[in-house]
Amino acid sequence: MATDQFEPRIMGFLCRWCSYTGADLAGTSRIQYPPNMTPIRVMCSGRVDPTFVVQAFAEGADGVMIAGCHPGDCHYDVGNYRAMRRVPMLKNLLEQFGISPERLMLTWVSASEGTKFAADVVTFTETLRCLGPLNFAKATKATDELNLKETAPAV
Amino acid sequence: MGKQITINPITRLEGHGKIEIFLDDQGDVERAFFQVPEIRGFETFCLGRPSEEMPRITARICGVCPTAHHMASTKALDDLWKVEPPRTAKLLRELVYNAFMFEDHNLHFFFLGGPDFIVGPTAPAAERNILGVIAKVGLDIAGKLIKIRRETRNIIETIGGKVIHPVFGLPGGVSRGIDEDERQKFLAVAKESVGFAQFALQAFDDIVLKNKDYVDLIVGDAYQHSTYYMGLVDEENKVNFYEHMVRVVDPEGNEVARFEPQDYADYIAERVEPWSYITFPYLKKVGWKGFVDGKDSGVYRVAPLARLNVSEAMATPLAQEAREKLFSVLGGSPSHHTLAFHWARLVEALQAAERMVELLEDNEIISDDIRNLPTATPSKGIGIVEAPRGTLIHHYETDDNGLLTMVNLIVSTNHNAAPMAMSIEKAAKALIKGGVVNDGLLNMVEMAFRPYDPCHACATHAIGHWPLLANIHDHHGKVIKTVRKDG
Amino acid sequence: MAKPKVAFYWCASCGGCEEAVVDLAEDILKVVEAVDIVLWPVALDFKLKDVEAMADGEIAVSFINGAVRLSEQEEWVKLLRRKSGLVVAFGSCSHLGGIPGLANLTTIEEIMANKYDRAPTIDNPDGTRPLPRPVVDGYELELPVAWNTVKRLDEVIDVDYYLPGCAPPPESIMTAVQAILAGELPPKGAVLSPEKTLCESCPLNESKPDELVITEFKRVATSQPKPDECYLAQGFICLGPATRSGCGERCIHGNMPCRGCFGPPPGARDQGTKLLSAIASAGAAENKDEADLFAKGFVDPAGTLYRFSVPSSILKRTLKGK
Repeated sequence: MATDQFEPRIMGFLCRWCSYTGADLAGTSRIQYPPNMTPIRVMCSGRVDPTFVVQAFAEGADGVMIAGCHPGDCHYDVGNYRAMRRVPMLKNLLEQFGISPERLMLTWVSASEGTKFAADVVTFTETLRCLGPLNFAKATKATDELNLKETAPAV
Repeated sequence: MGKQITINPITRLEGHGKIEIFLDDQGDVERAFFQVPEIRGFETFCLGRPSEEMPRITARICGVCPTAHHMASTKALDDLWKVEPPRTAKLLRELVYNAFMFEDHNLHFFFLGGPDFIVGPTAPAAERNILGVIAKVGLDIAGKLIKIRRETRNIIETIGGKVIHPVFGLPGGVSRGIDEDERQKFLAVAKESVGFAQFALQAFDDIVLKNKDYVDLIVGDAYQHSTYYMGLVDEENKVNFYEHMVRVVDPEGNEVARFEPQDYADYIAERVEPWSYITFPYLKKVGWKGFVDGKDSGVYRVAPLARLNVSEAMATPLAQEAREKLFSVLGGSPSHHTLAFHWARLVEALQAAERMVELLEDNEIISDDIRNLPTATPSKGIGIVEAPRGTLIHHYETDDNGLLTMVNLIVSTNHNAAPMAMSIEKAAKALIKGGVVNDGLLNMVEMAFRPYDPCHACATHAIGHWPLLANIHDHHGKVIKTVRKDG
Repeated sequence: MAKPKVAFYWCASCGGCEEAVVDLAEDILKVVEAVDIVLWPVALDFKLKDVEAMADGEIAVSFINGAVRLSEQEEWVKLLRRKSGLVVAFGSCSHLGGIPGLANLTTIEEIMANKYDRAPTIDNPDGTRPLPRPVVDGYELELPVAWNTVKRLDEVIDVDYYLPGCAPPPESIMTAVQAILAGELPPKGAVLSPEKTLCESCPLNESKPDELVITEFKRVATSQPKPDECYLAQGFICLGPATRSGCGERCIHGNMPCRGCFGPPPGARDQGTKLLSAIASAGAAENKDEADLFAKGFVDPAGTLYRFSVPSSILKRTLKGK
């Protein structure tokens, strides 16, 4: 695919009970949405360890999406509340590492919300397109080189 | 360009450094540089951290004097949050602090700087160390030293949580107090410390003062500079390690400044050189005239002898007697004999021991009124203590939420940066002549920095001990082989 | 029979690990009877040339502390690796990056600018900076280069064992030394400390609720911790849940919460995110606004959750800066 436009890579963690089903519905309904998200099915949005999120960014993701059941509808009662409590703190942490908090999205998608799911992916893809590529590993290496040019100039 | 001698790494101090000596064609020293090759960046990587974490973070500037940083930091927090600690908290802080001064000063004398005298300045390298000291003084005395350090460090650990990197300092107080059992136990240790401190001074008398060669070395010209001096004193101008005013005297002992910690930046400025990571503080009112001493140069010194020079008396009786003897032998105050820092260190250790007894005999020390909680909005705080190695300044500025927006640290050995560079060059010039170089002579050059008990991790608040480099020279001082570790 | 040779070396360190060895106190006499210390710059006058003169593997074990953040430190530790049978990463800095690793949340240019240009007491009108190869009045000198990114020891050389802690307790040091001398070591790569979390050995363990709930964070600046109740239950941030045990809970005995210097427990790849997960999950927020407010109360998550372990985190350093 020859295109000059930046195509964000999104890692999506979708809960098995609501969100993944909602995503499937978007597919079976033939709703068009960008192919930029790679979905990973987890049992619950509460299963998403913040470690997965930083790992995704470290390995090249431009954005990470976590999708779960609406509050009150969690198959395990409290799982999505855990996700809800973790994400704002995780965003603050990411910001300190130079990763814009907008690159992490938490959304509630029920099994019947195929349209919503697709709309979320469209919005997120465009947000990330505006933010530009993250390329975390490469970018931090460039930071190293740039700073050393300032502090250890060749004589 | 003449021949070059490198001493790398320098040893028996905290931190890394190297000495570069350049000879002229006659084999005499033309120039010598004392380089400090470390930088870590505490003042920068602490930005954004919550203020109350600083006593524990800045302790890691130095694992030999963490208690100094912890205390300066805690006092800066008192100022930042505008809160006075209750009297019991102050007593506890001072107790921990004096226990620390005592054990650290003894560490330096017996482990770091002392071996040069106890074993001998030109003794074989393999013997110039604590093991050589133990062999010389015997296992009995070595056992006493180890025991008293262990017991006084236990005081710090019990109250401070950890002895390497204490945790107990908080704005407005401390996190932990002591009960009567602990107090009695510590009091017994404190009294023994007084005895040990007296023994150490006696040992100095026997080993050093009764040795004419050593005395000549101490009062000789190779190891002296006439500088200004700085240190904390109380209202009566007595030595105080924990608090009060900063006092500065000129090379003749006249007071030229006396200020509150909050005003430090009006008096001290720092220069930068391209050949060392350390900065070079000087007295603003006198001005920077380069690496020279004398009344017209803003170069000043800190640490034990400086504190004795700056003050009019010690704060405790036995230490005061020891101080009087020191000045009577050295010809009055102020004394400019750099090697006498080793002696002054032991006088201070005695004060620290006596002070511990005083504090433990104060009944309020076992009260549980150990914290006043702050209510003010933080913005700026400055805390100063006398670390074993000199005046230690922590300056913090924060946002309304108490997160750091600016950190300025001037750390003990930092103040001595220019004096050390000068001491090394002067000693090198005095000792190395006609290209004659050997291990003993090079150690005697290193002896010019050891009295300052430098802490280079502190001085550069930099993490970065650096590597080794060795130039092997023939007896003309000519480099015949270079072994280098490059990046 | 010749005594085994032992070396102690420091990279970007504070000297606390050296003090920890001295804190063996009377036991140090036993140690020096059993081994020959051939390098220890804080206390002994052995120089580089002495190490270089040794045969490869001649040193039985080198204990290396400090993070690697200067060019020559890399060379120095590589030399010791060649000359040593075993290398032990001694202390938090060599194990995880340590406090110096916080520099990975900023840049070396910021560090230099703050120190040599912007500090309130700096008098540097010409903008002088320390240089790797300064020439002063015709004399050629040298300084090491400080890297932008601080590294752990095992990013630079092969490490056999890790002795965690800031600083490692004397008891662990003694146990490790004895194990090495007796040849009774666990498989290579082991962290020489128990396999459980601090919470499990903490004296306040019994007051830690099964269902921990934190409604609001407290800070020790403005509150006094109670010495007899789990700090997390009180609302103070404590890193016990994802910190390895083995320190003797010295901070807790000082009535202050844990800051994680022993590093993550086995199975936790990234200490900070594991802790974030545990602590955030204990929140009581019922909706997004409450969750945001709750998060706001945890000031400085990166600097707290990775206090000793930024270089061992998955992200390793911040992207921020030039």
